[in-house]
Amino acid sequence: MASKFLGTQINPDRFHKGQLPFFYILIIFSIFMILPILFIFNHAFKPQSELFAYPPTFFVRNPTFDNFLELARIVSTSGVPFSRYVINSVFVTSIGVFLSILFTALSAYGLAKLHFKGKKLLFEINTISLMFVPIAVQIPRYIVVAQTGMIDSYFAHIFPLITMPVAMFLIKQFIEQIPNDFIEAARIDGASEMQIFLKVIVPMIAPAIATVGILAFQLIWNDTSTSTLFVNDESLRTLAFFLQTLTSSVGNTVAGQGMAAAASLLMFVPNLVLFIILQSQVMSTMAHSGLK
Amino acid sequence: MLKLMDRLFDRMNRPAWFVFPYWFMFFVFIVVPVVAAVVLSFTFFNSIQLPQFIGIRNYVELITLDIVFMRNVLPNTLRFAFIVGPVGYALSFMVAWMLSHLPKTPRTILAIIFYSPSLTAGIAMAAMWRIIFSGDAQGYLNAILLDWGLIIEPIQFLQSPDMLMTIMIVVSLWSSIGVGFLAMLAGILNVDRTLYEAAYIDGIKNWFQEIIYVTIPAMKPQMIFGAVMAVVGTFQAGAIGVALSGSNPTPNNAGQLIVNHIEDFGFGRFSMGYAAAISVILLLLVYAISKVTWKFLGEKD
Repeated sequence: MASKFLGTQINPDRFHKGQLPFFYILIIFSIFMILPILFIFNHAFKPQSELFAYPPTFFVRNPTFDNFLELARIVSTSGVPFSRYVINSVFVTSIGVFLSILFTALSAYGLAKLHFKGKKLLFEINTISLMFVPIAVQIPRYIVVAQTGMIDSYFAHIFPLITMPVAMFLIKQFIEQIPNDFIEAARIDGASEMQIFLKVIVPMIAPAIATVGILAFQLIWNDTSTSTLFVNDESLRTLAFFLQTLTSSVGNTVAGQGMAAAASLLMFVPNLVLFIILQSQVMSTMAHSGLK
Repeated sequence: MLKLMDRLFDRMNRPAWFVFPYWFMFFVFIVVPVVAAVVLSFTFFNSIQLPQFIGIRNYVELITLDIVFMRNVLPNTLRFAFIVGPVGYALSFMVAWMLSHLPKTPRTILAIIFYSPSLTAGIAMAAMWRIIFSGDAQGYLNAILLDWGLIIEPIQFLQSPDMLMTIMIVVSLWSSIGVGFLAMLAGILNVDRTLYEAAYIDGIKNWFQEIIYVTIPAMKPQMIFGAVMAVVGTFQAGAIGVALSGSNPTPNNAGQLIVNHIEDFGFGRFSMGYAAAISVILLLLVYAISKVTWKFLGEKD
């Protein structure tokens, strides 16, 4: 009898014919969504002859790695080896993601489960700053980074980016739904708050941590502004910045297009792989994301 | 070593251990810049000499003398925001709602496809858009349109003031199915089934009523979260015009948004005080629009 209510068809266990209209619409729409991404995958592997072909083709016929090799060759002529940019990006992103998770989760536990004056106010401030647009205060941020002596250091890539009010919000909401009994039991066993956090809370909030990790990864890995504004030393700049400068200078010629596509692919694929691996964690975190 | 760490953690009970690192960073990189922007907005500052206090002159100039701001930048920004924000939000909700009717495996695959454009972070993909919208006959879109006989000669998509804004909107919409979408999808999937059953007994009849009277009210917190993310994301995405056309200011200021105007004055002309005043206006604008949206969604019980 339940099946005659439409609403109970949400989150079905198996396929049935009633779902077909949704499948049709979503598949057609998703093809439009994925076209540009398919395009870049194909373009990145096209040999010169296909890049120059007229009329231009969408799918690659004889895939090669020429564009990637050419990209690596051009980079090494610039004096800074390609591997340097990759190492910079990997280093900055991993430290940044780690610190972001650590600081955010600590604060989220404090606001969710500890008792101190002003914690309501802090959460209120954090919620307001969900509406904060970092791009608006680039200039004062530059001044802060300059005044604290972080110009031309790895810190300039990391510190300005790791405070994410959305991340704090998500972890705090997630911790809030953990019953206090778990914490009380550990307190009776004589554990300190920090031990409770590390041994009881952290394992329970793995989905939220994964989610914040992926958000921080996207932010830091794709960021070009810190390299543009805070770093003048070419050997300290990141892959994202380098590829962006490269593609804006060579991307306008047909020969450079293949390279530009290869560069875009290099930036995009790590984001995608990470999201695919962690998507179920992200979904379970998002269930607690509501604002009232 | 481990023992030492354990002994250390043994004593960590004070809330300060937990909240200090995050809030210190928050203070330095969010509070201080916002306060500094407000203070600088009342000064003349060229980044070499010390800032000079000039009262509200920057704001007066912005409103009365900055023709580009009043004629192009502000209308462009509002037009961009009022199309990309609501349409992107509605699109996210509709896709999430339709996806929620599918079994888990196809739902997950399609959700990844819909979400993946937002992973491209706008500017990183600008190179690709420049190839697709390239202004000569080699450009993909031009080649297709020429081939189908829809146009006679190639269109200068990214350099033409008429086309640039449209392309910015299309590209931003393409990547607008982001975090808010995931939140709304999770929200829809978690709506209590018995609510629907009760609503049908109370006399709702179709899927439209179901969305309006059951789904949305039940997942309102996620709807609000999605809306705030949509507003912030829309304003944050504004830099795309410069990335697409390759110049700041954009051709005829056609794609000039507030974020580009800030950059143009701040880093292009070193009028830091003036740029700060524009930043303050932008922050207030985002805050006001988010709050209004929030109120609007919050009251629709």
